Amino acid sequence: MSGLLKSSIGRKFAMALSALFLMFFLLQHFAINILSVFSADAFNKASHFMGTFWAVQYLLQPVLIFGVVFHFVMGFVLEIKNKQARQISYAKNNGAANSSWMSRNMIYSGLFILIFIVIHFIDFWIPELNVKYIGGDMSGLNPEGNFRYYHELQEKFEPMWRVALYCIGFVFLALHLLHGFNSAFQSVGANNKYTKGLKGISKVYAIGLPLGFIFIALFHHFNH
Amino acid sequence: MGSMNLTLKIWRQKNANDKGKMVDYKVNDISPDMSFLEMLDVLNEQLINNGDEPVAFDHDCREGICGMCSLYINGEAHGPDRGVTTCQLHMRMFKDGDTIFIEPFRAKAFPVVKDLIVDRSAFDRIQHSGGFISVNTSGNTIDANAIPVNKEDADKAFEAATCIGCGACVASCKNSSAMLYVSAKVSQFALLPQGQVEATDRVLNMVKQMDEEGFGNCTNTGACEVECPKGISLENIARMNTEFLKASLKG
Ligand code: HEM
Ligand code: SF4
Ligand code: FES
Repeated sequence: MSGLLKSSIGRKFAMALSALFLMFFLLQHFAINILSVFSADAFNKASHFMGTFWAVQYLLQPVLIFGVVFHFVMGFVLEIKNKQARQISYAKNNGAANSSWMSRNMIYSGLFILIFIVIHFIDFWIPELNVKYIGGDMSGLNPEGNFRYYHELQEKFEPMWRVALYCIGFVFLALHLLHGFNSAFQSVGANNKYTKGLKGISKVYAIGLPLGFIFIALFHHFNH
Repeated sequence: MGSMNLTLKIWRQKNANDKGKMVDYKVNDISPDMSFLEMLDVLNEQLINNGDEPVAFDHDCREGICGMCSLYINGEAHGPDRGVTTCQLHMRMFKDGDTIFIEPFRAKAFPVVKDLIVDRSAFDRIQHSGGFISVNTSGNTIDANAIPVNKEDADKAFEAATCIGCGACVASCKNSSAMLYVSAKVSQFALLPQGQVEATDRVLNMVKQMDEEGFGNCTNTGACEVECPKGISLENIARMNTEFLKASLKG
C-alpha cells in the first residue's frame, strides 16, 4: 500500500477518487442552491444548517478543501509528468481523429474552473468566514433580524459581469465533466456491462448540472 | 484510378545524437494498390539511384503480424486507416497531389535510432519484468487444456494476446502512455487460471518497469484504442487498474 502515489496507476486512482468526491459534493451543492428558486425560507434554513452545524464545518468542510486542493495539484503534477514523456512533438498531429477535444484539454478546462473557484471563494466563502469566525456572529441574521443568506445571494447576482463569469465557469465545468465523469470510473477500474448505461447518465450529469447552476444564477439576476 | 504524384515530408535524423529535421521529397507514379511501405521503397530506390542516403524505416513481415513497422503518418500512428499496421495501409487512402507527413513514433521512452526507426526495447524490458508464466518443461509438461477455462475469459485473454507490441498506442497518446500495451500483456494472463500464481508480482513489476521507462500517465482519452491495429480494448486498462490495486493492497 505504501508508495501507491509513486506509481502512475496509484496517482490516477487518487485523482479519480478526488474527482468522484467532488462530483458528489457538487450534487449536494446544487440541491441546496435550487431551493433558492422555490423558497427563500427553505434556502435560508438549509444554508444556516450547513453554515453552523459542527460536523459540516469542522469535518466535511476540511475534507472538501483537501479534495479540491489535492485534485488540482495532482492535475498539474500529472500534466507536467505527461509533458515530459514526449520531448519532441509531432510536426503534424491529428488528435481529433481519435479522441475528444474535452479529453485532450482537461488541464485547460480545469484551469478555468480553478479561476472560477477562486472568485467563488472570494464572493461567498471568505465573507462567510469573516462574519462567523472573525466577527464571531453565528446567528445567521442581518441587522433587521431576518436570515441574511437569501438576501446576500440575490445581491451577489445583481451585477451582470458576475453572472456572465459564473456562466462561463459552468461551461468549462461541463466540458471538464463530459470527459471526466466516465474517465473517473475507468480509472478506478470499472469498465463492464454497465459502462454503456453510465455514458447516458454521465451526459445528463455533465450537461444538466452546470445548466442547472446557470439557471439559478440567471433566475436571481432577473428576479429580484 | 490512375497513379498519384505525392509530396512527402519526412523526418531525417542521421543517428541518435543528430538533431534531425523534416525534409521534402517528391514521388511520382505511385499506384493506389501499393502498400505505404512499397511507396517508401520507390522513394528509396529513387534516392539510391541519385546517390543519396535512403530513408531508414522499420519493417519485417509486411503482413500485419510482427509489429515491426511503425510511422506517424499525417498525424496518426499507422496512418488514416483503422485496424491496420503501416504495412497494411494502402496508397488508395491518399489522393493525387497530397502532401504526406511521415514522422517516427514520438516518446521519451522510444528514442530515435535513425530517421524513422525508434528503439522500442522499453516494451521488451516491461515484458521481461512479468509478462510470462513459469511452467515445468522438464519432460512432464502439463497439457494446456488440463485446467478448464470458461469461454468468455478464454476469448478475452486471446483478444488481449493479439497485441503485437507495435507501440502505436504510445505514439498516439498525448501523454505517451504505454497503458494499453501493458494492460494487454497483464490481462492476457490475469484472465486465465495459469496466470494466477504470479498475478500479484506480475502487475506490480510490469507497472513499475513501465513507470521507470518514462512513459506518461493515462488520461483515458481513448486514442490508443482507436489507433491500435489489433483493436485492443480500454477494458484491459480498467482490468489492469483493478489488478494493480488488488496487488498493492496485498503487498
Ligand atoms: C480546481 C480546478 C481543477 C483542475 C485544475 C482540474 C484538473 C483536472 C485534470 C488535469 C484532470 C485530468 C487528469 C488526468 O490526466 O487524468 C482532471 C480530471 C477530472 N476532474 Fe478535474 N480539475 C479541477 C476541478 C474539477 C472539479 C470541480 C470537478 C468536479 C466536480 C472535476 C472533476 C474531474 C473528473 C471527474 C476528472 C476525471 C478523473 C479521472 O480521469 O480519473 N475537476 N481534472
Ligand atoms: S496495444 Fe495495440 S497499439 Fe499498443 S502495442 Fe499492442 S497492438 Fe500495438
Ligand atoms: S511489417 Fe510486420 S506488422 Fe508491419
